[in-house]
Amino acid sequence: MKLLVCISKAPDTTSKIEFTDNDTKFNESGVQYIVNPYDEWYALVRALELKEQNGGSVTTITVGTATDDSIIRKALAIGADNAVRIDSEAGDAYYTAFQIAEYAKSNGFDIVITGKETINYNGSQVGGMIAELLDQPFISLATNLEMDGTTATINIEMVGGVEVVELDTPFVVSAAKGMAEQRIPNMRGIMAARTKPLEVLPAAPCDALVSFEAYELPPAKSDCKYVDPENMAELVDLLHNEAKVI
Amino acid sequence: MSVLVYINTLNGKIAKNAMEAVQYGSKIGATTVVTNGAIGESELATLGNAGASKVLVNRVLTSNDPAQTTRLIKAAAESVSANTIVFSQDITGKAVAPRVSAALKAGLASGAIALPDADGTVKVNVFSGKAFGKVKINSAIKVIALTPNSVGVEEESGVASVEEFSADLGNASYTVKEVKKQEGDILLPEAELVVSAGRGLKGPENWGIVEDLAESLGAATACSRPVADIGWRPHHEHVGQTGVAIRPNLYIAAGISGAIQHLAGVNGSKVIVVINTDPEAPFFKAADYGIVGDAFEVLPKLTAEIQKLKAQN
Repeated sequence: MKLLVCISKAPDTTSKIEFTDNDTKFNESGVQYIVNPYDEWYALVRALELKEQNGGSVTTITVGTATDDSIIRKALAIGADNAVRIDSEAGDAYYTAFQIAEYAKSNGFDIVITGKETINYNGSQVGGMIAELLDQPFISLATNLEMDGTTATINIEMVGGVEVVELDTPFVVSAAKGMAEQRIPNMRGIMAARTKPLEVLPAAPCDALVSFEAYELPPAKSDCKYVDPENMAELVDLLHNEAKVI
Repeated sequence: MSVLVYINTLNGKIAKNAMEAVQYGSKIGATTVVTNGAIGESELATLGNAGASKVLVNRVLTSNDPAQTTRLIKAAAESVSANTIVFSQDITGKAVAPRVSAALKAGLASGAIALPDADGTVKVNVFSGKAFGKVKINSAIKVIALTPNSVGVEEESGVASVEEFSADLGNASYTVKEVKKQEGDILLPEAELVVSAGRGLKGPENWGIVEDLAESLGAATACSRPVADIGWRPHHEHVGQTGVAIRPNLYIAAGISGAIQHLAGVNGSKVIVVINTDPEAPFFKAADYGIVGDAFEVLPKLTAEIQKLKAQN
């Protein structure tokens, strides 16, 4: 079974979010980049488990520049067999999906797995776009994925519950919480990652469909109003008459 | 401007976030709604109250299949010559909007929280709610996925005309084997009031006081990540960066310190109340109202006061 896992970088979850260049660029100074948690914890780890159970290979793919190589090595240290980097600034979600779809078309994968979203853009766009470009089924927000031969049984988060579906490969799936548990790379994995293949390929021509023109921070929160723990009548009064939420 | 809004009505009802998406669309231009399933015609006509002039309903498609839903929307978009397509950024929106975007080569602004500006840019949530981005869509057709509970709905009286709409849906992507309904009446992602608790509650056996408060308010219950990870509460209750992101009108958090990852999932809440014994808990910095006190004493008192308020009204 050939598995392709889409890996994006994201600022560490504790990063201070600030912007520069007249609020048009994310301020990267002092920011530590990590593998986007949904891509790492859920998509990559589940792919590795499927490979351990069924044999095959796990390839990661990233659209990015050479600065992304450190997070790609992390994915290899966790256990991916090889990595591909499409050498380009990431552009928008469509541009990214287009590059991944082009690579997937010429290399034939059974399953393409993404995280459900990145924690910096929160778009949940790339997986669905890849599926459309490949003309394959897309399973969005999977919380469990089991394989029996070429048939997958997948739990999908639905409004008000879970839907259990069955389909054959190939397909594209986005992984949400529940798919797998985080794996910490061990020293052997980290050493092995240094020599695992990381193929760098040129980007295919494609125009981005959207652009981020500017960013802004939410307005500063006004100070917290403290209420005496003995006086819950006051809190209820504030919520009812001042905040008007109950 | 011709606007097409897709809404999911498969459970037989029109959810609040669907009404929001319809009204959002109607403020951009003449709005047609496309939906599918067995929902009644008179129910669909009420979408006129949110500003829709026409509703196209496909009776054949009765599943959430994203590929077939995409084909339905694409056919509807062609039939009304839509130049803007609106979704709610809910579970269905996340599955279908990107497919529609790629199928039409139409740029997608996901997580919108306001109407497009005069210059056409759309304000969206980025960095897990810690910032906003202004997205410019460069394609002729624009797709917008609206964050639930970010715009209000002011209902007017209007009646939408309802038409049956058929489309070539192609093959189904999968077979649905089973549908497991979540327990409880109030679904967390849609809840307007949420009561949440963390490790400060000391054990799952103590959740009664949380549930009592939630019941008095008609709120959903939620929890912090550690509590879900150690199995005190089910995973679907976990709110935060890696769990569910919620935007209720009121979020009450008891015994949660307020780590930055937790805040990322709740900072879209309109009003936050924090109850914690530690006055230095970081959550107080994000709170509108704070109570430095013991949840075991504060929650029952708060429940009693809420019940008094409800008895008066």
